[in-house]
Amino acid sequence: MSRWRAGLQQLRQYPSAVAGAGIILLLVGVSIYSVVAIPYSQALDLWRGGDMWQDHPVNAGPVWADRLAGGAAPRTQTVRADDERVQTEALPGARRIGMPLTFHYDADDFPSELNVFLRADVHDSEAFVRLTWVTPDEREIPLVSRRVSGDQRVSLSQDLDLERRLQAVPHIALMSEAPADADDAPPRVLTGDYELRLDAILFHPEDSLDAELIVYGRVHGLAGTDHQRRDLMVALLWGTPIALAFGLLAAVGTTVTTLVIAAVGVWYRGVVDAVIQRLTEVNMILPLLPILVMVGTLYSTSIWVMLGVVILLGIFSAGIKMYRAMLLPIREAPYIEAAKAYGASNARIILRYMIPRILPVLIPTFVTLIPTFVFLEASLALLGLGDPELPTWGKVLNDAQTQSALYHGFYYWVLSPAGLLMLTGLGFAMFGFALDRVFNPRLRNL
Amino acid sequence: MSAPDAASGSTARAARARRAWLRDLRQVALFTGKRLLALFVTVLVGVYLTIVIANMGGQVDDLRLAQIEATIGEEVRADPGFFDLPSEERNEIIERRVQMEVERLRLDEPFIMRSFDYLQQAIRLDLGRAEQMHSDAGSRQVSMIILERLPATLLLFGTANLLVFVVSVFVALVLSRRYGSPGDRAVIALAPSSAAPGWFYGIFLILVFAFVFPILPDGGMVEVPPPEGTFAYWLSVLEHMTLPLLAMFISTIFISIYSWRTFFLIHSSEDYVEMARAKGLPERLIERRYILRPTLPPIITSFLLMLIGLWSGAIILEQVFNWPGLGTLLFEAIGYRDTPVIIGGVVIFAYLLAVTVFLLDLLYAVLDPRVRVGSGE
Repeated sequence: MSRWRAGLQQLRQYPSAVAGAGIILLLVGVSIYSVVAIPYSQALDLWRGGDMWQDHPVNAGPVWADRLAGGAAPRTQTVRADDERVQTEALPGARRIGMPLTFHYDADDFPSELNVFLRADVHDSEAFVRLTWVTPDEREIPLVSRRVSGDQRVSLSQDLDLERRLQAVPHIALMSEAPADADDAPPRVLTGDYELRLDAILFHPEDSLDAELIVYGRVHGLAGTDHQRRDLMVALLWGTPIALAFGLLAAVGTTVTTLVIAAVGVWYRGVVDAVIQRLTEVNMILPLLPILVMVGTLYSTSIWVMLGVVILLGIFSAGIKMYRAMLLPIREAPYIEAAKAYGASNARIILRYMIPRILPVLIPTFVTLIPTFVFLEASLALLGLGDPELPTWGKVLNDAQTQSALYHGFYYWVLSPAGLLMLTGLGFAMFGFALDRVFNPRLRNL
Repeated sequence: MSAPDAASGSTARAARARRAWLRDLRQVALFTGKRLLALFVTVLVGVYLTIVIANMGGQVDDLRLAQIEATIGEEVRADPGFFDLPSEERNEIIERRVQMEVERLRLDEPFIMRSFDYLQQAIRLDLGRAEQMHSDAGSRQVSMIILERLPATLLLFGTANLLVFVVSVFVALVLSRRYGSPGDRAVIALAPSSAAPGWFYGIFLILVFAFVFPILPDGGMVEVPPPEGTFAYWLSVLEHMTLPLLAMFISTIFISIYSWRTFFLIHSSEDYVEMARAKGLPERLIERRYILRPTLPPIITSFLLMLIGLWSGAIILEQVFNWPGLGTLLFEAIGYRDTPVIIGGVVIFAYLLAVTVFLLDLLYAVLDPRVRVGSGE
């Protein structure tokens, strides 16, 4: 044990080892936080997407990136009616409600979308709702009128009639300064207090109406959102434990099995060794990634199936040759003979006497192997073979790739998962390299 | 040999040398033959495994059968020529066509039979006809489809590998001489950057050089339409190759320099090198004869092992850069579930790996004296 402690002591002298260990600890911390803060089933639900994200903007960048660049891009505003300002007027057999939804807008860019969510609890006949837009400079623009029952979404931005009438995309036309005559200049944002006036007629005394205007921003949260309005933070957070688990399990699975098999071959020699050697040679010409891609398309893209295949194909990896070379001299060492003399079983000699001898040499390889598998998972996801349910970094990259994020200028979408991948890779690689120098005596002075 | 005739002595020596040379040659040939045989068996097993996996042990056939039935049913129902027929007759036509298709694809035979057939054909590189895909020239021969893509892959990965190999060995030699210098430290510090694969850097390079500063194309192999004239054509290819090459170069160069430098450093502290230094031999000579020569076999090994690793990585890099090579082909084939092309692609990959391993063995036989005297394994 003292040898290990001495090794750790030595490690502290390498700044890269300290930095690497720091990054690894940070990632482990993020993993624990994500798993605790967003339980597994909830994470899956969130990532499946759907209505729960309807108050999030599409493809919004992170807030901090915009603010750092000195921008004042709009955040999403959810506007509800102020109860005190709701006017009710009784009519014969009906009720008229005037509901102003007011908000202050001071961003330097147009919102990305405008949606009104209506909820009418009606009893006999549908409620009738008319929407009017009032700009800060007192222009009144009639929007739409419609009958409402139950939940209804009025997508102002996708309203083609309105777009034709305004001669521009609604969320731009409604929020811009009054166009000057004969002016081809691009529309400018008009800041100030806006009002969406809702005039509704309800036909039953117990009917009620609720409305919500969402002025979708162009920035959202720390990570931004994707094309399905999902907050990328979910995937970035949950991607961490998945990446670490995959990398760790794959690394453990392949190195431990490979090591044991190499030791078994060296110990028994003869036929066993020959079979292991030939299998390794067969395995060497099996192309790992094409086979993984094949398994992914034909069987299942579940991350655990992939993990299984990676480990299976990794058992007889080229590493066996290296371990064999290291184990061969150990086999003849006097202490093994001593063990044989006191009657140690074959399993005991292999597991307790041979393998521990080369473990120190193995640990650095093991640590540097982890990011390889993390990137392997990302690679598969990038090819569209990511796990169908789990949010992973690779899947975010794949979404970005298929949605041409770079072409559209959504750099955050690519940079944040890529940055995390890089961080993971660097952390483990730096730590592993330092370990290598400490545990491999030949490298110690270099 | 007390009073030897000078002439007969020299002929005897020459004969002895020739005998030794012949013996060496025989040993190398024997070794090569043995390895070739072993590799052939290896390829056989590997390819068979691939075929079994590609067919999911026969389950893919059910999938394909369902697909055939669906497409043929659709075809017949959409054909105006069959609109007037009663439904029984139409179903009969559908059934007959399905039967024909099944026979064409030989789905009526048990998988085991077909698997050996596939194996035998694959080994002879008679890769059969594609089911859905065709080459750009319109051929449905799998070998034609693959042949069309192979040069693109070889061009990109061959260039990248050679570049990385030559640059890293050269730089490593220089660094090992100036061990501890700022350049040396920089390489050590940068080595962990190789944890990320080439495609990863590829994304960043595309971002920077194709979108932020649009000076290079973001994918493909030549401009569309291809420029007239050979020179313009190759210039365009070179332009498209720059980013993928750079991506692979960045992702492997530092680790490669680092490991070579460490390797050379370890070997330059061997006793015989110290001895050479003590004798006062010039540094160049020491480098060439005392460091490079004995380390040549491991250098070659690692170069070829790197090749093996890169074959696999090709798929994704090609995908990211839309490079029309083998990797992209394999991926497309999997999308179409075109079993012959998948098997063909994997077989070619297996062969490329086998050829690499064989080259390795051969070079070893030439470089390592132990193989020549027959004591090597």
